[in-house]
Amino acid sequence: MSAIITLSLLAILLLYLGLFKAGRSLLPISLLGLAAALVMYVMQWAGDATPIYSGMVLFDHYAIAFSVLCILVTMLVMLLSKGYFDAASVHVAEYYALILFSLTGALLVTSFHNLAMLFIGIEIMSVALYILAGIRKKDFASNEAALKYFLMGAFSTGFLLFGITLLYGASGSFDLAAIKAYVIANPQGVSPLFYAGILLLIVGLAFKVGAAPFHFWTPDVYDGAPILITTFMSTVVKTAAFAGFLRLFYFCFIPLHDFWEPVLLVITIITLFIGNITAIAQQSFKRMLAYSSISHAGYMLFAIVAIGPAAASSVLVYAGAYSLASVVAFGILILVKRATGSDHFEAFNGLARKNPYLSAALTIAMLSLAGIPLTAGFIGKFMMFSSALADYQVLLVVLAAINAAMGIFYYFRVIVSMYFKPADRDEVTMTAQYQAAIWVAVLLTVVLGVYPTLLAGLI
Amino acid sequence: MDNLFILLLLPVFGALVLAFVQQAKAARQFALLVSLVSLAFTIPFLVNFVPDASMQFEQRFAWIPSLGIHFHVGIDGISLPLVLLTNGLVPLIILAAFSYDYKGGFYALVLFMQAGLLLVFTALDAFAFYVGWEVALIPIYFICALWGGENRIRVNLKFFIYTFLGSLLMLAAIIYLHLQVPTDDYALSSFYQLALDSSTQRWIFWAFFLAFAIKMPIFPFHTWQPDTYTEAPTAGTMLLAGIMLKMGVYGVIRWLIPVAPLGVAAYGQLALVLCIIGVVYASIIAFKQRDAKRLVAYSSIAHVGLIGAGVFAWNVQGVQGAIIQMVNHGISVVGLFFVLDIVARRLGTRDLAAMGGIAKPAPILAIVFLVIVMGAVGLPLTNGFVGEFLLLLGVYEYGVWYAVFGGLTLILGAVYMLSMYQKVMFGDVNEQTAAFPDIRGSEWLVLAVIVLLIIGIGVYPGPLLNISEAAVAELVDKVGLIGKN
Repeated sequence: MSAIITLSLLAILLLYLGLFKAGRSLLPISLLGLAAALVMYVMQWAGDATPIYSGMVLFDHYAIAFSVLCILVTMLVMLLSKGYFDAASVHVAEYYALILFSLTGALLVTSFHNLAMLFIGIEIMSVALYILAGIRKKDFASNEAALKYFLMGAFSTGFLLFGITLLYGASGSFDLAAIKAYVIANPQGVSPLFYAGILLLIVGLAFKVGAAPFHFWTPDVYDGAPILITTFMSTVVKTAAFAGFLRLFYFCFIPLHDFWEPVLLVITIITLFIGNITAIAQQSFKRMLAYSSISHAGYMLFAIVAIGPAAASSVLVYAGAYSLASVVAFGILILVKRATGSDHFEAFNGLARKNPYLSAALTIAMLSLAGIPLTAGFIGKFMMFSSALADYQVLLVVLAAINAAMGIFYYFRVIVSMYFKPADRDEVTMTAQYQAAIWVAVLLTVVLGVYPTLLAGLI
Repeated sequence: MDNLFILLLLPVFGALVLAFVQQAKAARQFALLVSLVSLAFTIPFLVNFVPDASMQFEQRFAWIPSLGIHFHVGIDGISLPLVLLTNGLVPLIILAAFSYDYKGGFYALVLFMQAGLLLVFTALDAFAFYVGWEVALIPIYFICALWGGENRIRVNLKFFIYTFLGSLLMLAAIIYLHLQVPTDDYALSSFYQLALDSSTQRWIFWAFFLAFAIKMPIFPFHTWQPDTYTEAPTAGTMLLAGIMLKMGVYGVIRWLIPVAPLGVAAYGQLALVLCIIGVVYASIIAFKQRDAKRLVAYSSIAHVGLIGAGVFAWNVQGVQGAIIQMVNHGISVVGLFFVLDIVARRLGTRDLAAMGGIAKPAPILAIVFLVIVMGAVGLPLTNGFVGEFLLLLGVYEYGVWYAVFGGLTLILGAVYMLSMYQKVMFGDVNEQTAAFPDIRGSEWLVLAVIVLLIIGIGVYPGPLLNISEAAVAELVDKVGLIGKN
């Protein structure tokens, strides 16, 4: 809990620093604060986890692992933001503070033990994001993204809240342990209200993770928001939303698996196909990543559809692999867009000749997203396939295999542009912070791909 | 010295260093050195190998304990010839690329692919096998797409997606099998002990078969192959035809048939028929080709069709023939592609109609090419004869008519190969071929090694056959019993 308090205070401190025009100290102080929070989380690992603050939050291994992942990825995003937001907006301090507020919400979503806390966490996370998506005040696309995100987010929150209310109506409590006890105490069947509550929760959470058919906001918001905000949304926020999704279902709803499994199965299959097929048609690298993030949501849903003891570590590995690869992809996109002014595939033409190592980094990220062995992305896909097959979802895995093969088509497109299409261009230059963020992410991708035990056996 | 793990890691380290070498000359010399060191490290395995059916030089480490995955490798009589083939051909392929100005990245990819191939041929754990299977695919994609011909981008994407889809279905089957294993691991031996019911094995058969059939390729799954071979740079074609297609055959022998014998009992005949159709079909098409490289690409489909038929016949002669023929085909096809590369580089075209009369200005090349063509055709006292003879014997035991149609490879092969030879070497010289320089330098070295191997194995195939005999006999015996029960 001390970590969450630290981060909240840190965000307020940053706002004051902005007031006193201490722009240069923003990044070091944020990173320092994040590192401190990280250490606090890691130190909690050994202790016994019991629900604290009247059972509101529970910092078990699950929560700590996901929180550490979120903080790490936020640090990488912060490293990329050096110089980016000075150009985008004069309110740089607000940007840092809002990212930290959103992260705080994300951390609550990974560690809630009470449905009220889940709701509050999601709101803290989202409200900051609504502002961040529109932080380029003079840019139409950014404004559109913010408005769409806000309207859709508010709408889905309605579903979520309604679902929570119905669960409360049936079980008489917001507490996860009490709801679980209620489900177990009624093996013959729970109240119809409860079933309706689960369905509404699925709708609300599917909105948040960007699963089809509730995905319509994703491409426009991801495309319209500034690239770094998109990076944050598609990594930290998505990881946290999945962690919350899985935590709720793993904790409370396993006995009712037969009821909600078909619903989620259909959502998963639609998500896979819509994400993949529309990604193939894209001309913009950024939009392609937005659609591919929908299909990755589909793969991550595997763990929830076929929920089991391995579900948590599958989602952790997959989310980690996806986040790291996304940081690399978006980071390089920022550089290329700055150099050429375009985020289309053509903007990458001839990059390999001028920046061979940067191109190699992006290639590794793409291979990881495509799920090729010796990258973290493969281990993630492997674990997802394993958990689905353990639940005898053979058809789902066959469909997923077809989708993964389709994925090659668009992930390799940028590789084709970089290596095989010549173009006159200048060398892309970058700061040391950029180098650090990109290479740390690439290194972790390969290390996790070769030796995944570091993460796979954690929870 | 016979540490298999070091043998697998050597090319990886070589590749890591080469990735940063920008100078062409230094890169090629270092690459050759690494590949020769790998070859030298293979010799202790050959010397210490005991020719019985046991698994030797085994190494096993925990890799991902929470998922039951081990890094488990070993060599027996079936994998040793292929390990020898891989480590023997890679130096030749690197040497054959000396005429081009490739930088370190090219050689890094070749060596990285070598590591993947070696892992495929030695893996005793299904996860490790799959990793090797995919790791071999990425470098060859880049080799073909970076240094290939005009249509390389489209052709290679098709190749990649095609093979990747096959691999993913195999991955699903591997995970499914793992979930049935009581000891919760991915070991080959555990997979062998599974006695799944017939309907499950049929599914498993198709999942594995698609992956392997696309890789080999067997008849209706071959559509990627001629384009990819033709568009690839010569070194890429050599890697694809010389070594990579053997991954598919090896997979059938090592994984598909022993793991799903009942599936093979149900569909093995169909697979065999497809192989034979491929033989006849590819031979006829090869005859019509004007592009020399494409002709050899189709001949490769015909040869691998006969190899596949021998494997699916599943008797000692057939499988033995398949193993020795994999080695032979690797040697011959690398030789063929190399000669054609020499000719195409000097004439600036691969069109057979533009060639002719080269024998006169380049007599040494003509003799060498003749030996290689004879080896590919399967003339007695060349390496191809031993393999094709055993294969046909194996197929004959399975059914006379299969052998009759399979035997067409010998006749049709002779027809298109000799007619190609005639078009290249004899006939009237034209302006370009009149001043054709004979082979020199590194070309000479590569071709001399290939010719020696072709004749050496053809005259005295005993040692090579001896390596795999006991292992094949036991495997056929063991799995044959399960299949008939």
